[in-house]
Amino acid sequence: MKRLAFMALAPFCVLLLQGCAGWQSALDPKGPAAGELAWLIWFFTALCAVVWVLVMIALAAPLVMRSRPGDEPLLLNAGAERRKMRVVVSAVGLTAIILIGLTLLSFFANRTLAAIGSDAALTIRVTGHQWWWEVRYENATPSRILTTANEVHIPAGEPVRLLLTSTDVIHSFWIPSLAGKLDLIPGHMNVLDIKADKPGVYRGQCAEFCGAQHANMGTFIIAEPRSKFDAWLNDQLQPAGAPASGEAKAGADLFLKRPCVMCHRIGGTPAGGTVAPDLTHIASRKTLAAGTLTMSRGNLAAWIADPQGIKPGSHMPVADLNGDELNAIVAYLEGLK
Amino acid sequence: MSSADVTGDRHIQEPDPAKGDLAPEREGPRDTGMDDASLHRWLERTWRTPSGIFGALSSVDHKVIARRYLITAFVFLCLGGLNAVAMRIQLSGPQRGLIGPDLYNQLFTMHGVTMMFLFAVPIVQATGIYLVPLMVGTRNIAFPRLNAFSYWIYVSGGAFAWVSFALNMAPDVGWFAYVPLSGPEFASGKRADVWAQMITYTEVSSLAVAVATIVTVFKQRAPGMSLDKIPLYVWAMLVTSFVVVFAMPAVMITSTFLILDRLVGTHIFNPAEGGDALLFQHLFWFFGHPEVYIIFLPATGMVSSIIPAFARRPTFGHLGLVLSLFAVGLLSFGLWVHHMFATGLPKLGASFFTASSMMIAIPNGVQIFCWLATLWDGRPVIRTPLLFVFGFFFIFVIGGLTGVMLASVPLDLQVHDTYFVVAHFHYVLIGGSVFPLLGAAYFWFPKISGRMMSERLGRWHFWLAFIGFNAAFFPMHLVGLWGMPRRVYTYPAELGWGNINLFISAGALLFFLSFVLFTFNLVHGALKGTSAGNNPWDAGTLEWATSSPPPSYNFARIPVVTHIEPLWAEREALPVATGLRVDARELLISTVAEAYPDIREKSATPSIWPLLAALAVGGTFLYSIFTPWAIVWGAAPIAITLIGWFWPKGDPEDQE
Repeated sequence: MKRLAFMALAPFCVLLLQGCAGWQSALDPKGPAAGELAWLIWFFTALCAVVWVLVMIALAAPLVMRSRPGDEPLLLNAGAERRKMRVVVSAVGLTAIILIGLTLLSFFANRTLAAIGSDAALTIRVTGHQWWWEVRYENATPSRILTTANEVHIPAGEPVRLLLTSTDVIHSFWIPSLAGKLDLIPGHMNVLDIKADKPGVYRGQCAEFCGAQHANMGTFIIAEPRSKFDAWLNDQLQPAGAPASGEAKAGADLFLKRPCVMCHRIGGTPAGGTVAPDLTHIASRKTLAAGTLTMSRGNLAAWIADPQGIKPGSHMPVADLNGDELNAIVAYLEGLK
Repeated sequence: MSSADVTGDRHIQEPDPAKGDLAPEREGPRDTGMDDASLHRWLERTWRTPSGIFGALSSVDHKVIARRYLITAFVFLCLGGLNAVAMRIQLSGPQRGLIGPDLYNQLFTMHGVTMMFLFAVPIVQATGIYLVPLMVGTRNIAFPRLNAFSYWIYVSGGAFAWVSFALNMAPDVGWFAYVPLSGPEFASGKRADVWAQMITYTEVSSLAVAVATIVTVFKQRAPGMSLDKIPLYVWAMLVTSFVVVFAMPAVMITSTFLILDRLVGTHIFNPAEGGDALLFQHLFWFFGHPEVYIIFLPATGMVSSIIPAFARRPTFGHLGLVLSLFAVGLLSFGLWVHHMFATGLPKLGASFFTASSMMIAIPNGVQIFCWLATLWDGRPVIRTPLLFVFGFFFIFVIGGLTGVMLASVPLDLQVHDTYFVVAHFHYVLIGGSVFPLLGAAYFWFPKISGRMMSERLGRWHFWLAFIGFNAAFFPMHLVGLWGMPRRVYTYPAELGWGNINLFISAGALLFFLSFVLFTFNLVHGALKGTSAGNNPWDAGTLEWATSSPPPSYNFARIPVVTHIEPLWAEREALPVATGLRVDARELLISTVAEAYPDIREKSATPSIWPLLAALAVGGTFLYSIFTPWAIVWGAAPIAITLIGWFWPKGDPEDQE
């Protein structure tokens, strides 16, 4: 029986070795908040493991103890009972001390986290939608306000303030390698300060169940050096470029004649819908449909042709397009760098 | 009502007619001085459940009702388990297309709703319905018709949910159904209404059981069972019942507000009209956290019953354990915000809930240490029930410790709503409640069926369940820390969660198989098990004093309790109290604190009205997901059935 138990535990060790792989892991911190939290997680885990092992030893002890003489259940040794009472009282006291320590620890960790974003220069408003993220770079100058979707570019090494809210149901914004999660609640505004130590791409996804496509509501924080970030921001503030080829030109016309225009915005064109992601620079993004597909000509075509097959239940309707029309629209969108 | 002229101790005394307030000639025969054979004949005729289908439907015997509850809850456990197996097959690899989001969201909602409301709460209450009257030495639960009514309401609620699932209209908004996702704007159709009304059925039924349990414990204890001699299991059920009474109304308000928003057009949770979405969460978790303890506290009672029987001594620190039960019950109402740390509450306020959540670990620690100290007297007798208690320690302590991690606000922000939390609450609920329940099944099965379950199969069952459970749920801690949120119907391959999820699914299948083995052992034991005798484990509490299975009247003569473990203190024969009528259902009512025999009280006779009333109430609930007028139209049949239920029977007692 004991061997069986060991056999059961062995695979866990293998899994542990597989470790904290991935770009969406709380155990692989890339920013000060996640770093503080990873430390906290390991500290709590280690302490809890010690407590658990002690309890298991106490549980296993009677299995090897000598039995109390006699078979009379009510005949107890008063001295042994007193000794037990002392052990139990000390164990309870120790538990209380540990818990007070952990409470204080968690309180101070919370203060550390709160201090991270106190001098944030950049404010980004993230609005949750079923099932994508609207990302708006706030600025005092209206012409410098940028609206994009799903991918949040930030300057590396600088704290950034995220204002989180929602217009439909509750979502939760969570980039495990940078910070803990915070909910996006309609009628409420939450503030999450994040900072990425180094340039990189950090994945996250919605962490509060939000309906049919909760599973496919990914987001990316893309941290870049300040100069690269500024250049990106300036590019994104430009209106969409004119279609480069004849096919793309046809695609641009089709976009305005078909249902696309009802929901999407493309800067510099009459398309001004705001209930779906802004497509002004869609081809500059890494993914489509909130992290569901990587950006490519083929995936663009697939997504437009069969959104309900790729993301069942999503609010992107099937547009009635023939092959040529589909190619034209894809050619146009592909040029929106 | 007749004042008690019941005699205690070992002396049998003739009833003194002068003490009764009824004329002696109207008094029927009493058990005083009656020989055992005729006593049995009388009591059997008075207390038995009438034969035939009509008789079965009219039964008010707590053992009959409890058996039905147990079997029904077990069926729901299997259905909820099948939900889980389907989900694990879908999640066994990245981007599997077996189950789409629409079905998957119904599956996990039905899994949660079924396990919480149709399995866990009913089965712990059902165990109480069976055992509490036996443990306190009485003949039936208080308000037996209410008890029968609660079962019918529970069954109709469960059928309502599962028929909806069969019709593809099961709730798909998660077991806590947050607004606005479950509100009128984002949950069209009737799915969310099914969630809201199913809650109402199960809450009504569990409130009814809680009230019956409280009164049974307070007023029907055997003479001599003063507060310091009440078994820990009974204490646990008493505290649980109080938690039910205070927690369930919160969720009934939540679901009623939701129904009002959806059906009547109120805007209680609508932020656009001045309502608030977070109010729902506060109301729900004010119930939701105590709910965990509603499931867990009875299991602690089971552990406290199993350990002394196999450690061969009374529990260590009885008073400490009782006080812990009360502390846990009370503190459980002060932690609800730790389910909402990610909603962005004020940081200082949230920190108070860190402290209160940490604090509840102290009484739970007291319980664990007292049980361990009980076992320290030397080699316990290792039988299947105790194996499951050992499994309980192994698993529940992990769940409790990860609970301490979740109590920390900053740490919770990383693991909240991930598979880490899924792992945590399965460790707490399966480890803390299902393992003790399985131990309890092996422990009390001989009492309920009169036969033993197979010890060999029991050991196989334990190891299969133990290994399967840990293989399925331990890796979930890891995959949660690696960033996998809960309630996703699929995940991309590039996140590297494929292998670990396949491993989890294999473990889940193993865990499911352990229940197949358990079912076989149950059936095999019921049909072919060796005869158990009254007290197969030589345990000390009153339920083992009567035959297995107990007769319809539980005890031929009401026992008198002289010790916390009465069967160990009185090895020869229990002292009994006599003086109860044998030709009418009469209970001995005792005082709350000292359990002095106080009065003789009638216990309700079998009746079909509880079933009819449950049909009327259940029909009204069902109708009310379609129109608010259901409350008006439903009032008439409910009133008629209640009038039938309480129609005077012409007993002398009723005429007073």
